[in-house]
Formats: sequence, structure tokens, C-alpha cells
Amino acid sequence: MAADDDDCERMTPSRRAVLGAASALFAWSYMPKFAHAAAGSRDARFLLVVLRGALDGLSAVPPLGDPNYADLREGIALAKDGPDAALPLDGFFYLHPAMPNLARLYARGQASIVHASATGYRERSHFDGQDVLESGQGGPGKTESGWLNRLIASLPAGEAVSRHGALGVGVVPPLVVRGSAPVLGWAPPRMARAGADLVQRLGDLYGERDPALALVLKRAIETELIASRQGAEQPRGGGGPDSAEGMKRIAEGAARLVGAEDGPRIAALAFEGWDTHANEGGAKGRLATLLGGLDGALATFESGLKPVWKDTVVMVVTEFGRTARVNGTVGTDHGTGTVAFLVGGAVKGKRMIVDWPGLKPEQLHEQRDLKPTTDIRAVAKGVVADLFGLSGPVLAEKVFPGTSGLAPMQGLVV
Amino acid sequence: MADWSDPRLKMLALQRFGLGLKPGQGGNVADVRERLLAEIRNEGAPQPRVSFSGAAPIGRALYAFEDEERAAREAKRVATQQGGQQGVQVAAAPPMPGQPQGQMQAPAQPVPQFPQAIYREEVVARVQGALEAETGFAERLVQFWSNHFCVSVAKGNFVRAMAGTFEREAIRPNIFGRFEELLVAVESHPAMLNFLDNQLSIGPDSRAGKRRGRGLNENLAREIMELHTLGVSGGYTQADVTSLARIITGWTIVGRDARLGFPGSFAFNPGLHDPGGQRLLGKVYRQEGKEKGMAALADLARHPSTASFIARKLARHFVADEPPPALVAELARVFRETGGDLAALSRTLVTSELAVAAPATKLRTPQEFLVASFRALGRKPDFGQIAGPLGVMGQQLWQPSGPDGYPDSNAAWATPEGIKTRIDVAAQLGRQAAGSVADPRALVEEVLGPLASAQTRQAVARAESKPQALALLLMSPEFQRR
Repeated sequence: MAADDDDCERMTPSRRAVLGAASALFAWSYMPKFAHAAAGSRDARFLLVVLRGALDGLSAVPPLGDPNYADLREGIALAKDGPDAALPLDGFFYLHPAMPNLARLYARGQASIVHASATGYRERSHFDGQDVLESGQGGPGKTESGWLNRLIASLPAGEAVSRHGALGVGVVPPLVVRGSAPVLGWAPPRMARAGADLVQRLGDLYGERDPALALVLKRAIETELIASRQGAEQPRGGGGPDSAEGMKRIAEGAARLVGAEDGPRIAALAFEGWDTHANEGGAKGRLATLLGGLDGALATFESGLKPVWKDTVVMVVTEFGRTARVNGTVGTDHGTGTVAFLVGGAVKGKRMIVDWPGLKPEQLHEQRDLKPTTDIRAVAKGVVADLFGLSGPVLAEKVFPGTSGLAPMQGLVV
Repeated sequence: MADWSDPRLKMLALQRFGLGLKPGQGGNVADVRERLLAEIRNEGAPQPRVSFSGAAPIGRALYAFEDEERAAREAKRVATQQGGQQGVQVAAAPPMPGQPQGQMQAPAQPVPQFPQAIYREEVVARVQGALEAETGFAERLVQFWSNHFCVSVAKGNFVRAMAGTFEREAIRPNIFGRFEELLVAVESHPAMLNFLDNQLSIGPDSRAGKRRGRGLNENLAREIMELHTLGVSGGYTQADVTSLARIITGWTIVGRDARLGFPGSFAFNPGLHDPGGQRLLGKVYRQEGKEKGMAALADLARHPSTASFIARKLARHFVADEPPPALVAELARVFRETGGDLAALSRTLVTSELAVAAPATKLRTPQEFLVASFRALGRKPDFGQIAGPLGVMGQQLWQPSGPDGYPDSNAAWATPEGIKTRIDVAAQLGRQAAGSVADPRALVEEVLGPLASAQTRQAVARAESKPQALALLLMSPEFQRR
């Protein structure tokens, strides 16, 4: 370039200088660890997996002991025996045969299943349903921040959780982690990374001209630094978040960052494709493939987070369930009650957490959907209260506003 | 009135409502208002040049492709069975009649399969059209409506082959007509019927429903009201969803048998239609056959909730995540008073003081960013140069993850990973274009002109290389925000 030489000299820092500058920017993450908030309190990890599209809970965890199940599910019902038998849980509930890893973790006491659950949302829009699930608000339309982000913002500064922030996986991170507390971003790499010098120059330019972009870029650099200390990069390419391969890659990446000593303690990620209106399939087929992908991701978390697995809870949730009765096209339409999974070494497992409403027509919500009898927010409040020591009032006012009448569920965590 | 003599405002208007400046336009900011308005034409948006002309020929070719696939699979299955039995059989069975000879010996061809080949051609043609456009206002409206009424090629081969023709047939001719015409064109297009499963939906009391014991699929009906017209809080209930689903039973796609028309095109099939009257939003519809659905769509198109929903979404897309309420109110008023005249709506948008004079806060979407970059750099990209960057930035053409389309807010796109990925793309574009751009500093003047800040000019001038200078230009706040 034809700019004058002095400027060029000054503006072309050595690689060492770039690294130094970048590190200085994030010195807060290298500070010596302060004592944790309370002696003996654990350095917990929490991963939230959002299944977008509304998971059919009656297929994922079929109530084969319910006499009305098989009739409602003609063409997609699962069975207790035969070549593709569902996997036994407690004798009444079974697990979809595409999820052997979850069955194993359940049997070992490292997974619990919440059934007939939902948020407080009772309409059937995916997008409002996901907004309610992730914003933690009583209704749709309040999407400035997500409940995990407000959770971090509510913790005392200096705790491992607030010091390291949350990880939002994906080019567009889930709403549940968006907000004022720092969010790190990561997505499976698919293109050659730009040079550090260009990034540094843009950081300078944004610093002078665009504070909002400066902040997001700073957070991106921070995540990359953590990832680079965790060893080799993942291979590029691969499927999206609606494929088994893509789910595995996302889980590997999230585990790598969350498992790091200086990595985020909380992560949110999303798997897609659960909107099974037509040809949902039974033991094999479309939903089975997706459940197999989720099962593989859970196994990946288990192996990838091995050193901290005993302090980990993975919570799997979806915006709502699907119709109890199969629809006119061998699929299911938007419904209400569904399942959620709690998986991890910190889970007090091998339990079905359920107040079963039954499947007779008059027992269904609006004579159509599995009736929700457990509020998933009580489950989420119980888990994060035990993992991170949040008080009931903070949870009821900040994290899940307007839920003072909804007590955190006790005893979900060991 | 906005001060249309201010060169900064005129340049910003070109960025806000158009696709970004090209160097050949020489930073021309004369007559910006008139140039934007000139793209509002009765015939709609310009049509990209492709070799296939519409749903019917694509449908026919798609069915032929699927038949060949099935035959090849069957032949392979038969051959495998025979191969497995050769050890115990004295002589191999004779080939099946009609089995293509040498099928198994044919080497795998790297040629993309038919649906992907069509998709590739459509993607390149669409981007090429965007690069040729003058200001690109009409193209931006196509992108807006195409995302509002989105389909996704992730659904399968049918939508993959039809997504481009859906935009060409249902969207482009209607973006300056009445909203009702656009709505009917969209909801009756085979791509939309397939994407939201309506061709599978059968009236429970129809002839087919009684015979086969199959029934409704309410997917399309729900999204028509939630996403296409009234909006989620537009005042409908689950009962209305079920009613509309019954009303549009029989809106389907002609099969390979050509019984109802050209294979792959739209047809109304009375054998699938739920007979009798239906109550929707308090009104009973008793029309015969397809007319019932036409009447319901006409009323949904004129509903005041639809006017407000579209007005807000349009202002949000072009102006700000939280658009000025007075602008939204004005757009809704024009929509209502003109009966959904989209030319009038577009004129209001592009001339409203509130829309023109608002500060540049919105980050370009990945698609807007890539097209603006190609225009600025004078590139003529191939499929891989389009699909690669769009894929990593999370906005592949016609492939949103759900029927609500791609997000349209800074919260979605101005994310750590999103910006980092954008920088990777800018670095690659800079490397690709470095040989053809003479002087990046001159390019700043041509594509940003009076919008360029002193800091951006300085950063470009002091870059260590030409590729880096170009990447800095593309990633500058003034290029990113509109």
C-alpha cells in the first residue's frame, strides 16, 4: 500500500504483538482463580439442548403401559417386544429403541426423564413456543434476553460461572443465552480462518467506530483462544444440526469448550428437524434417525466431558409436544405436553419424574394433546438452584420472572 | 420530507433499499429517489434467466428422475440378490425384462443429480440477476417476500428442484400487485404445498377420507395465518386452524398420472376436499371446491391484523429492528386503504422521511453482505463461490431451518461467531478479488463515498496488503450497516 512508511511500520505488528494484545484484552479470564463462592461448592457445568420443531414425547418415551397408547398411535406405535423393541425404563414407560446410550445412562443412575411436561405456553406456534422456552418469560414477545443469560448476570462476580460466561453454539446462538452477560460464540468450523492481523485491525476499527461490533468480536476472539488451547481443530465440513453427524460435531465442540479449565461453564445449543407432521416413523424412520443423533450427542458429551462429568447436567428440552393421536398423514401435529431429559454425572438418575395424566380423550388437553402436569420451569429452576446455588427469589424474579408460585423442584441433582 | 440533496442520505438510501453500489456506478448519487421508484413496475421484479421455465416442466422432469432412481435401486437390489445366490446356483438367473444393461458397471458420475442441478442453476441465476440490478430495490423486495413466504430445500428433492421456480412464478410477478394475488400465488404453488404438507392433507369427510381413513394435516393452514397473514397474535384459535385446514383440503399437486393436469403443477382435487361449510374467524364459508379457499385467503389478505403484521415486518426489515411506530402505522394505513396494493406500500416505504432518515443500525444479512461484496468487487461468482460463504454464514439460499424464514434482527446476525465467520468470508473475497481491483482506496470512494469514516479510509489505506485492504472495506461498519 502507498501509505507512508512510518504508518506501515507502526500498523503492522508482529505476530507476537498481536497475540499479546489479544491476550491483554482478555486478561480477566487468566486471573488466578479466586476461591469459589462457598467452600465445597462444586464447579458445575450445565448444557441446555433445545430441540427445535417440537419433539413427540409419546414416541421418544412411549407409555407402553397405558392401555390407550397403541390405539392413538396407529402406524407409529412402538412395542415391548419384537425385533425393534422399545427399551424398558420403569415397566410403564419405555425408551425409543434408537436411544441405547440414554437407556444405559438411565440404568446407571445418570439420567432422569420428565414426562407430561411443558412451559406455561398453551398455544401451538413453534416460534412463540421456542421464545417462551428460551426467554423464560410467562408469554411470547419478550425476547430481549434468555433465562440462562440472566442466570449468569444474577451470580456474584468472581464465581467461575460468571467469570467465564456462557457459550452459545451456532452462527446464530440460541436466544436462551443472549443478553447482557458475556456470551461466547462457536460453530463447527467450515472455512479457513482469517488471519489474526486482519482481526486485530478490525477490532481497532470497531473500537473507534462501532462499540457493538467491537464487543461481539472481542467475545469471538476469546472463544477461539480457549479452543486453541484445547488441542487440534475439528475436521471441517459435515452435516447440519438436523443430522446425526452434525449433532455429534456440535456436541464434540461444545464439550471441548465447556470441559476446558478456563472455558464457559454453561452452554446452549440447538438441534433441528423435530417437526414430524408426516411419515414420522416408528422404531425406524425419520424421528428414529433424529433420536439416534441426539443419543449419539449425549454419548459424546459423556466422553468429551469425562473429567467434569460428575459435576455436569445436560438438560434436553423442546418447545412443546405433538398431538396424542396420529394425524391424517402418519405424523403428528403441534401439541402440548412432552418429555425433557436430564443427563449427567450430577443427575440423581434412574427416575421417571411424572404425574401421568392418562391418554383417554377426556384426559387429554383440549381432547387432543398430552396434558402437561409438570412445569418444565420448575425442573429448570431446581437444577440450576442446586448446581449454582441460586436463591428462590432470584430465580422467581430475575431468571424466570413471575414464577414465585412455582417452587424449584427438589432433589434433581446429587 | 427527507432532504434528498444530502449525499450521505442518498448513499445510505441506496444501501438501505438497494443491494449496494457497483464501481461502474462511480459513486453516482444523482436522482436516487427516482432510481429507486423506477424499479416499482407493474410487471413485478425482473426474471432471472434459467433453462427451465416453470413448475410443470420441472415437475415432469423430477418425476422422471425419481422413476429412474427407483428403477436403478430395484435393479441393484435384484442384482445383489442374484450375486448373493451365485454360490449355490448353477446358473445365474436371466436379467429381468427391461433392466438396463450395464447398469451396475456404470462408474459413479460426479454430475449433480437432477434436483441439485436445477437448484444450482437457480442459485447462480438469482445472484447474477442481483448483480445486474441497478439499485436493486425490486430484488430486495423479492428477497423480503421470498423470506416471508419461505420454502426450504431441506424438505427434500421436490422443493430443492422447485424453490427457484417458486420465487420466479409466485413471488416476482406479484410483488407490486395486490397482496391477495401474491398470497394466492404462493399458497397454491406446488413448492409451498409440498413444503407444508398440504398435498398430504385429506378432508376427513371427503370421498378419499372416508375410503382410506386418512385425514387432515394442519401444517399449511396454521402457517398461513401465523406466518403469512395475521401474525401469531392476529386473533385466531386452534378451531380456526382446523377450519382453514379443512377449507384448503384438495389444494394439491398433480401426480405422475397427469389425471388432473400437467404433472408437478397445482390442481384442485375435489375427491380430497372436505365438503360443506366451515366457520373461519366467525364467518361461514360455503363456496364450492377451490372457491372456498380463494374466499378465505381473500379475507385473510384484507384483515387488519395482516396489514399491521406486514407493515411492521417490512419496516423492521428495511429500517430498524425497532422501527419508528409512526412509520409502521403509516405503512399499515396504506395497506388497508389501498386494499393491500404492494406498489403503493413500496412507494411509501422508500419515500417516507422516517424510513429514509433513520440512522444506519441494521447489519446486512449474510445474503445481502455477499451480494453487496460481489457488486463492489465486480465479481461474477459460480455456484461454489455463492453457496460456500452463504453456508458458513448460516443463510443458504432457500434453506431456512423452519417456515418462519431466516431471522431479521441484529441479535441474530451480529453474534460473535457470525461476525468472525463474516471476517473469514471477507478475507477470502479479498484474496479472490485482489487481482482485479486496482486501488482499494478508490473503491472506498466508489462504493461508500460520503458514508466512509475517516477511520475506515485510514484502515484501508494502511492495510498490509491489497487483500487485507479489501477485507477491511467489506467489514467496515459503513459497509456492514445499512
